[in-house]
Amino acid sequence: MIIAERKPMEEIKQMIAPYNKLLLAGCGTCVTVCWAGGEKEVGILASQLRLARSAEGKEISILEATVERQCEKEMAAELKDKVGEVEAVLSLACGAGVQTMAELFEEKPIFPALNTAFIGMPEKEGLWVEMCGACGDCFLDRTGGICPMVRCAKGLLNGPCGGTRRGGKCEIDPEKDCAWVLIYRRLEKQGRLDLMRKYYPPKNFRAVKSPGRIQAVKA
Amino acid sequence: MRGEIVAFCCERSAYPAADLAGKGKLCYPDNLRVIRIPCAGRVDAIHILKAFEKGAAAVLVLGCEDGACHHITGNIRARERVRYCDMLLKEVGLDGGRVGMFNVAPNETHKFVRIVNEMNEKIKESGETK
Repeated sequence: MIIAERKPMEEIKQMIAPYNKLLLAGCGTCVTVCWAGGEKEVGILASQLRLARSAEGKEISILEATVERQCEKEMAAELKDKVGEVEAVLSLACGAGVQTMAELFEEKPIFPALNTAFIGMPEKEGLWVEMCGACGDCFLDRTGGICPMVRCAKGLLNGPCGGTRRGGKCEIDPEKDCAWVLIYRRLEKQGRLDLMRKYYPPKNFRAVKSPGRIQAVKA
Repeated sequence: MRGEIVAFCCERSAYPAADLAGKGKLCYPDNLRVIRIPCAGRVDAIHILKAFEKGAAAVLVLGCEDGACHHITGNIRARERVRYCDMLLKEVGLDGGRVGMFNVAPNETHKFVRIVNEMNEKIKESGETK
């Protein structure tokens, strides 16, 4: 899923400074799961902004709404009436959600309240780690389902760098496991260590479509 | 609610302590507003923030002593949430220390009164009382 985190409060306050009537729009999918932009976070941020304005002796009117997925026009369109009532929208969705809102409601300024960080998974409660770099040319069949492009600090494709620490930790960040040690152990379990002896040429980054566009073929 | 201290009191510990304090004719500030809750773990960040939005000068979350929570970890969760709320309040420029989590056993009436009085003194110093 897409992992995001809330922007610093000062940045948010500066963005919305000229406006007194706002909609805080949350998203019920990825950013809800990573505690950044769901219904609960919308409520907390709205309350914080009201308190901040009140401390400055100013007033602010905030509407709160969360849709299932802000990155789908049909779902984001549910906010049409509320967007009509406000001067600006503060979106607590990922970059895709913010842009969907901006495209749907062109006449209103849409501000991002989150920084979209990466595609990842939860490692433990409250900790998410990057798992996929969306490179467009998946390599996981050769590495036992562990991506060295994002999980190796140096993004190496042909084995560890030589700086691996004792206990299989990364040279750059001793808190992290060396991705290639993990790959070796995984392939060993599967009896596929022969893959470690193969040489892979540099990755074809032309597979990264920018801007990405995929047309699904219906079965 | 302007200038009040809102105390979320667990019905198994701090609420009986508050009750006993009354029965024992112990004095505590009249700007205290006690809210009975089933467990300190029921208190969420939004409840604390809403109390401040409505004009509360301070918020107390009072739960069972460590290891005595009827819901096992409610008091531990409450402590984490209060710490989180303190950070949220500092972010918007509200002085820290106006929200606190304390453990109170059902018979600790004097402790309950002391906690409330100390918080009242703190908000008086900052000029937040009504």
